[in-house]
Amino acid sequence: MGDYFSLIIGAILVNNFVLSRILGICPFLGVSRSLKTASGMGGAVLFVMTLAGLLTAMINQWILRPYHVEYLRTIVFILAIAGLVQIVEVLLQRFSQPLYKALGIYLPLITTNCAVLGSAIICADEGYDLLRSTIFCFASAVGFALALLLFSSLREKLELAKTPQCMEGTPIALITAGLLAMAFLGFAGLGG
Amino acid sequence: MQALLILLGTGLLIGLAIGLVVKFFGAESDPLLDAINELMPGANCGACGFPGCGSYAAAMVKQTAKPGACPSMSEETIQKICRLLGVSEEKRERKVAVVFCSGDDEKATRRAFYNGVNNCRDAMQVAAGAKTCTYGCLGLGACARACPFGAIEITPKHLAVVHPDLCQACGKCVQTCPKKLIRLVPASAPIHVFCSSPDKGALKRSACKGACIGCRKCVNNAGENQMRMNGFLAVVNYGDPPPAELAKVCPTGALRSNIPQPKSATLSDGGKNV
Repeated sequence: MGDYFSLIIGAILVNNFVLSRILGICPFLGVSRSLKTASGMGGAVLFVMTLAGLLTAMINQWILRPYHVEYLRTIVFILAIAGLVQIVEVLLQRFSQPLYKALGIYLPLITTNCAVLGSAIICADEGYDLLRSTIFCFASAVGFALALLLFSSLREKLELAKTPQCMEGTPIALITAGLLAMAFLGFAGLGG
Repeated sequence: MQALLILLGTGLLIGLAIGLVVKFFGAESDPLLDAINELMPGANCGACGFPGCGSYAAAMVKQTAKPGACPSMSEETIQKICRLLGVSEEKRERKVAVVFCSGDDEKATRRAFYNGVNNCRDAMQVAAGAKTCTYGCLGLGACARACPFGAIEITPKHLAVVHPDLCQACGKCVQTCPKKLIRLVPASAPIHVFCSSPDKGALKRSACKGACIGCRKCVNNAGENQMRMNGFLAVVNYGDPPPAELAKVCPTGALRSNIPQPKSATLSDGGKNV
């Protein structure tokens, strides 16, 4: 149990996907202008990353390893994730209109998100079994959403602050992201 | 060989899965929306005010938007969409840009010699430009350079002129001109008042021989409401414009027609030879 706990803390705080591993920067910068869109995106990533983690772990364990074709994992994982996102979109549209309205537009953005692929590949590299993979991917997505929520709150405040004109918008956002990443370094060594 | 089979197999499997899911769980798509989406240009340029062709199509189906806002569509396509929606056919008004100033080197006086960056927007920073009339065209070519169709010519006498046959009414020049001299008006209008200065008549006249002096001859000779007076400046009512013959009554020549002239022999050099 403590094993899983350190895995979760590690994925959320210590090795945060965005701020430590520097993955998924595209939606991090693109969707973080307001807290509302950021929470939508965070929710969508949570949904997709967990399912994708499970699916890719299954593919790795039952198809790629037995036939010794692990080198195909990049293409196969991308195929699987893209297919999964399509299916999720259709099912969401059919079974949950409110959720579709909230997350629907972000789903295509996640299809080739390197954070989703990254979590799948890390699981494959570390040799996690199905349960660990799923928990790891879920926790990573929580970490991603956390970073996104923090950053979007900061950016909303930045819009109101007085910044030099040459720094307005993306420049100051990038600097803030760097400072946030430095802050998260404080978690290094936590949870072993 | 094995790798190839596995890749093919995975691809086929996923494709099959998506197909089955869409078949059994797919939401019913509106055939009208599909038909309209086929006709959309798909450029997603946002000129209609919607964030993409899909949104505009959906708004048209929901009757919250009228067809005709899309500049990338042909007239024919707009008629087709109108017919599909059962809406009365709308003719999209063709617009052109017009530079509302006649003050070239011959007509307008200068109060200073400007020796700075050859751009109207930069010249504006230095006491609003070197011309006596602060509302007038500086002729340094910011609009000409902004036009993606090459429709604006800077005449050898340093006045910006739009060639209506080349103008596509994209609006870039309107945004570029620092004096806000350029406006988009219906292409069918036969005459315009090529002056934008609200100053008093005598003051305007001393600054520029081509200015509108506010004598009201055009207003008096035109039909009712075809010309308006905006203070000391006459303005054409583009909803009901007067005929081109009215230009004869104007004493200064500020009111005249926008006849497309062939481009001058010298290339528009953006005022490099000031």
